[in-house]
Amino acid sequence: MNPTDIKNPEYFHKVVDCQYACPAHTPVPEYIRLIAAGRYDDAYMVNWESNVFPGILGRTCDRPCEPACRRGRIAKGEEPVAICRLKRVAADNKTDISERLPRIPEQKNGKRIALIGAGPASLTVARDLMPLGYDIDIYDNQFAGGGMMRSQIPSFRLPASVLDEEVGYILDMGVVTHFNTEVTSLKSVLEKDYDAVFVGTGAPRGRGLNLPGLEEAGKRVHIGIDWLASVAFEHTSSIGKRVLVLGGGNTAMDCCRTSRRLGGEDVRVVVRSPFADMKASPWEKEDAMHEGIPIYDNHVPKEFVVENGELKGMLFEKVEAQYDENGKRSLVPTGEDLVFMEADDVLMAIGQDNAFPWVERDLGIEFDNWDMPVVDKVTFQSTNPRVFFGGDAAFGPENVITAVAHGHQAAISIDLFCRAEPVTNRPAPMTNLVSQKMGIHEWSYDNQVENDKRFVVPMAPLEETLRNRKLEVELGFDLSTGFKEAERCLNCDVQTVFDTPRCIECDACVDICPTDCISFVENAEESELRTRLSAAAGNLAQDLYVSTELPTQRVMVKDENVCLHCGLCAERCPTSAWDMQKFLYSVTKAGQ
Amino acid sequence: MSYQLPKFRHPDLPVNALGYTRADYEGSISTLCAGCGHDSISGAIVRACHELALEPHKIAKLSGIGCSSKSPTYFLGKSHGFNSVHGRMPSVVSGANMANRDLLYLGVSGDGDTASIGMGQFAHAVRRNLNMVYIVMNNGCYGLTKGQDSATADAGSASKKGDPNPFSAIDLPGLALQLGATFVARSFSGDKGQLVPLIKAAISHRGFALIDVISPCVTFNNNPGSTKSYDFVREHAEATGTVDFVPMREEITTSYPAGRSQEVTLHDGSVLHLEKLAPDLDPFDRVSAMVALQRHSAEGQILTGLIYMDKDSRDLHDIMETSRRPLNSLVEEDLCPGDKVLANINASLR
Repeated sequence: MNPTDIKNPEYFHKVVDCQYACPAHTPVPEYIRLIAAGRYDDAYMVNWESNVFPGILGRTCDRPCEPACRRGRIAKGEEPVAICRLKRVAADNKTDISERLPRIPEQKNGKRIALIGAGPASLTVARDLMPLGYDIDIYDNQFAGGGMMRSQIPSFRLPASVLDEEVGYILDMGVVTHFNTEVTSLKSVLEKDYDAVFVGTGAPRGRGLNLPGLEEAGKRVHIGIDWLASVAFEHTSSIGKRVLVLGGGNTAMDCCRTSRRLGGEDVRVVVRSPFADMKASPWEKEDAMHEGIPIYDNHVPKEFVVENGELKGMLFEKVEAQYDENGKRSLVPTGEDLVFMEADDVLMAIGQDNAFPWVERDLGIEFDNWDMPVVDKVTFQSTNPRVFFGGDAAFGPENVITAVAHGHQAAISIDLFCRAEPVTNRPAPMTNLVSQKMGIHEWSYDNQVENDKRFVVPMAPLEETLRNRKLEVELGFDLSTGFKEAERCLNCDVQTVFDTPRCIECDACVDICPTDCISFVENAEESELRTRLSAAAGNLAQDLYVSTELPTQRVMVKDENVCLHCGLCAERCPTSAWDMQKFLYSVTKAGQ
Repeated sequence: MSYQLPKFRHPDLPVNALGYTRADYEGSISTLCAGCGHDSISGAIVRACHELALEPHKIAKLSGIGCSSKSPTYFLGKSHGFNSVHGRMPSVVSGANMANRDLLYLGVSGDGDTASIGMGQFAHAVRRNLNMVYIVMNNGCYGLTKGQDSATADAGSASKKGDPNPFSAIDLPGLALQLGATFVARSFSGDKGQLVPLIKAAISHRGFALIDVISPCVTFNNNPGSTKSYDFVREHAEATGTVDFVPMREEITTSYPAGRSQEVTLHDGSVLHLEKLAPDLDPFDRVSAMVALQRHSAEGQILTGLIYMDKDSRDLHDIMETSRRPLNSLVEEDLCPGDKVLANINASLR
């Protein structure tokens, strides 16, 4: 293999698994260390810079960082660091951070931007562009900002106060809000001579199932996201005793849990796929089951049963999943009798789509075969250079943190576009690599690896939370548990940096490394090299760090996979060929 | 400074026939200097014992005084240990071995502990062919007392703050050959590929097995001018051949080039493959071994690898026809077999 180029910022970035997996690339270990140090304001601001909604995401994020967390790989039964809930610790315990928010220039730059939709993508664009002196108008059909975070995420998961606070930080920068305003024509917006328009309208159309009996069932069958919105806006305050929720995603989990709080006693989730294949996050499934909601998998809805104009229930066909050699799944009926389940109400949470009936097709915005706008994956610009898309509106339903990442990139593009620079001029990330050495065998980070298992977030008593739709279920870590959970972090951003000319090949690092990451071997092709190491490097998703050739014609090879970042290689190195260096990677924002 | 090794190990560590991973053969975290050759030797011992699937409770590790003699704390944490008086480790092994021949005796000593204060003890353990592995962690200096020259420092070699050594060095393999040792090897802490199979072969050998391991003292004797530095040893080491050790229970899967390779079956059924690199050495001939050792030394080379081995070695128990069972397993019936047996003995003497 060729020697690893550690000057390429992406090499060490990839070692920080959590940060690399995060769409917004939040520097996770950096803020976890700040939490451990009790510096909650600093931890909050590191988050805020990167993901804009630390308090919201600390409760609701899809947390792609956690499955990626190295901690979950270092032993059987070991679970990832509770990254998401630590973020909440920072948000819950911070003091007033308003002084730390960016100053908004009095003197504007003369450019006007319209943001359509006031969800996480648009708010992120506003966050990045307001400090640069842009005038921003934001349009939304709801009464307040937040988009789907307000309409679809129930209050028992995300209290309104948290949402209002973090949306407020942005709107208070002087964004001109046009709430309760449905934009029905993009043309009319473009005619207002904005310098750029950003579309962040999400994926607002819930899918339905057109099964026999739907029409007769009438008002007792609801579209999940619409129903959640109507609960959030207090148009709906009750539901029947027996509720069937169709679908296996996070919306289905929110629907069933909300139903339990509005009078549903026998609430069931019914899903076509096997339990393990459900789209909902494992913890959301657990939370639903904890509230006494059974999940019936492998049941395909067939028919609404209506008697005398009244919904009685639904019929389901039992199936089993079969996988062909390519892993493609088909649901094959088992041939058993159809299953009847009683229901007073049915909630359909089987997916959602984009909808752009308000975008005229003669504005120079190209649409593809799926009636989705053609949007550049890097710049988020549409084929009309003045119009940008982001969030679910760009490429279909994802999640809040993805929308934030889109917003940052779209803001960069809009800023470049308004300054008449090519939007393809993407700024390089900011990186910094600093030795953590304080003295002989002394590091400026806590290199000891804690043995604690992942801590469980305490919850409010079930009876109370089921009585009150607005009572938050999760209580969040207290400070001492938060500290202990933070200490579980391995500090993967403190990199093991190898300096070949200093190495005397004494093997001290090989001998001390608790997880057999380091080997000195003859070089070979990667596939061969992976088998030559002290412990075979079977995780192909993790890179090998290869040095230049040493005097004995061997190379140092480090398998990054289960490195504990404990610093012992550097501690036992007599010549400081190994050093522990903190790698900070931050995605450059607009105007930086 | 870290005082504890993290408890986590590579999740896919191989397990041996006993179901143990290498971690089960580790000891406490080392307190020797960073980069000390001794730690590499400890690592090699851990690997050899794991790969041989030895039961940790059937091993006794014994040492004297010095940096080398501290190292048994850093390997085989679940085995028996005895840290004896300076240079007196061979006496303790002799006693222990006579009492319980079922244990594996792993003696760890240094150049001071062996070639100076313990020389008399060493010599007699060799000539009695005491069944043990005797590893000398040889760094040519007294590292624990700031690096004074030891008896194995080569004439003319200088340590970090010292003048060139005016005295002639004691060559431990040469001495052992002269004293009738039945297994003599030399290796280098920085070459585990050679050291691990040698340790395994020494463990399988019945009788006294000496491995003189050159182990640079990074703090006091790893400077230009020293003949026991990493660089000097790498430049001047010449291997007798490569050694591959195949334990009894494993199938031989490697193929060896014909002509230059030799196969030796050890008394426990293990097989040793020797691939010859030095043309002038027959490792089964004592005289040849002594000559090769002297010649390489005269040419300024350090001969490493297996230097000599007596395939028909008889250890102290064989020579003295001692009880085949450890003393602690002998019960009253064995020790006081009764009047009839005594009468027979008396009759045989009349």
